[in-house]
Amino acid sequence: MDAIRVIEGAVSVLDRADVDTDQIIPKQFLKRVERTGFGEFLFYDWAKEPGWSLEAAPILAAGRNFGCGSSREHAPWALEDYGFKAIVAPSFADIFFSNCTKIGLLPVVLSEDEVRGVMAAGRARIDLESQTVTYWNAKDSTSLPNPSRDAKDSASLPNPSRGACGESTATFEIDQEIKRRLLNGLDDIGVTLQSADAIAAYERDRERAGPVTVGR
Amino acid sequence: MPKSLFDKIWEAHEVADSLLYIDLHLVHEVTSPQAFESLRLAGRTVRRPDRTLATADHNVPTDGSKVAAQIADQLSRVQVETLERNCAEFGVPVHSIGSARQGIVHVIGPEMGVTQPGMTIVCGDSHTSTHGAFGAIAFGIGTSEVEHVLATQTLQQRKPKSMLIRYEGALGYGVTAKDLILGTIGRIGVDGGVGHVIEYSGPPIEGLSMEGRMTVCNMTIEGGGRAGMIAPDDTTFEWVEGREAAPDPLPVDEWRKLRSEEGAVFDKEVVIDASALSPQVTWGTTPSMVTDVTSSVPDPASEGDERALEYMALEPGTPVQDIRLDRVFIGSCTNSRIGDLREAAEVVRGRRVAASVGAMVVPGSQQVAAQAEREGLDRVFREAGFDWRSAGCSMCLGMNPDTLAPGERCASTSNRNFEGRQGRGGRTHLVSPKMAAAAAVEGHFVDIRDWSS
Repeated sequence: MDAIRVIEGAVSVLDRADVDTDQIIPKQFLKRVERTGFGEFLFYDWAKEPGWSLEAAPILAAGRNFGCGSSREHAPWALEDYGFKAIVAPSFADIFFSNCTKIGLLPVVLSEDEVRGVMAAGRARIDLESQTVTYWNAKDSTSLPNPSRDAKDSASLPNPSRGACGESTATFEIDQEIKRRLLNGLDDIGVTLQSADAIAAYERDRERAGPVTVGR
Repeated sequence: MPKSLFDKIWEAHEVADSLLYIDLHLVHEVTSPQAFESLRLAGRTVRRPDRTLATADHNVPTDGSKVAAQIADQLSRVQVETLERNCAEFGVPVHSIGSARQGIVHVIGPEMGVTQPGMTIVCGDSHTSTHGAFGAIAFGIGTSEVEHVLATQTLQQRKPKSMLIRYEGALGYGVTAKDLILGTIGRIGVDGGVGHVIEYSGPPIEGLSMEGRMTVCNMTIEGGGRAGMIAPDDTTFEWVEGREAAPDPLPVDEWRKLRSEEGAVFDKEVVIDASALSPQVTWGTTPSMVTDVTSSVPDPASEGDERALEYMALEPGTPVQDIRLDRVFIGSCTNSRIGDLREAAEVVRGRRVAASVGAMVVPGSQQVAAQAEREGLDRVFREAGFDWRSAGCSMCLGMNPDTLAPGERCASTSNRNFEGRQGRGGRTHLVSPKMAAAAAVEGHFVDIRDWSS
């Protein structure tokens, strides 16, 4: 797994809630025994709908509970193979979140309003070390904001600190152990095998009896 | 501090901080090939083949094929053959196509007795939560974690939060475990349990059979829960006793300690009145889009609802019982056990499937099929016009040839009504086995309670 520090670039938007892994990569593509080549089948059925557009970009911004349903790691594989390096959403399904961290596809949880901000910005910079997402609203710098809309925005965007030219920075939480592994591109199994003695001691002293699956 | 069932099992399996020992690792053909391949490339072995068990279920045709070579779909055949080859190479016991013990991974674990109270159980499949019905911590993992467990017999896991769903009252006539969990997901939402291990408790849970408890725990993931669990009791012990991998005698005194202590604290608690529940039918494209069989298709409350109604081709206000069906599927890791088939068979006995409906029953395992055939249930289904198939995941997800055609509408005892889940363009309504059986007969949904006699 490659180390992750900063992911910066265009943001693709998928503004739907509860996007399940059956949509991300439908079942007919799970028959492959390889880990690569799933990107071309990403959102295979939705991609046929009129008006569908999902540019390959470093960052995907999506609705809440992204990646719910099946545990298929083929979903993160497909997203990564398509070109995404990070996904920003208000929440993720547990197994999907974990699967992403295992392959170095960075899942970032921000508030609904912050995700809206990233979606509107169209461009963002995610810094894993400082746990921040910076995004710029292109519209702010090129056109006068609609006063009423601006008032609504500022009311609904209490958290991000807003800098010059519509720059906003949001912070995100991440498990520090996951962060350490991602920052250093560590192999999970290699890390765990450093505890091989502890595992052997557990098996010697505390392992519960049975069941025995072999020979049945 | 008083401990919960979850706390007790978790603590008994902590090798080190956030490193959890896994007692049982179940493996199937879809999520394992890349894990075995990575092991091979890294020169690693399977640490504990004796705590690992594999079967072929997602891909297998349900036409009675006896060996992988008979699978017509080339990719499916390769995947099943790859599983068999990997298991042989790494010494993992496997019950592949043709074995008398083959079946859906979440059906064969319990039926062989390898699923036991107090265990930690994982599998590269989200419905691993099923095994929590025995008072175990059981959850789905991805392929990287499958590889990790194969290599180390452990998982790196932060302890999830805990949630208690306590049911009061009693389930009414015709209202089943499936309705209980569908109604619960309707209440908490598809992400209501995210980050939490859910313990289900209360008299309605205690009154459920093991099959019913497995149905409830199975669908925990549809409410976003990391795992679902139920404290083991006499119902559990009686069910486990005598199974081929069960301990003899059962350590019942130890297992009785597997309960949440009085005053145990949960991060979240929900109380649900089970007596208020009716038979449930989903109308949309997530399991939380669900309503009573006596109700109507609701008005959309969000963009997602609108999209779901459009996909399902349903008009708000349509009575659920006016929804006509093309297909009926009785099967899946949610509802394919012998108890489920008995319930469905009772409904169809002496009746005929509506001429407009294609109906199929897919037993969860070869052992379930054999038991059903001993009881003559296969004849009951066949005489009613059902197609009686052999064991596998089948049309729950349609990785094998059992799929819906675009636009077809299906009453299904499975667990997901996602867009295209049972076949591209297919429309799925999740229901209990009884409700599916009655719908097959009438060609539309009916309130099973009206069939009391």
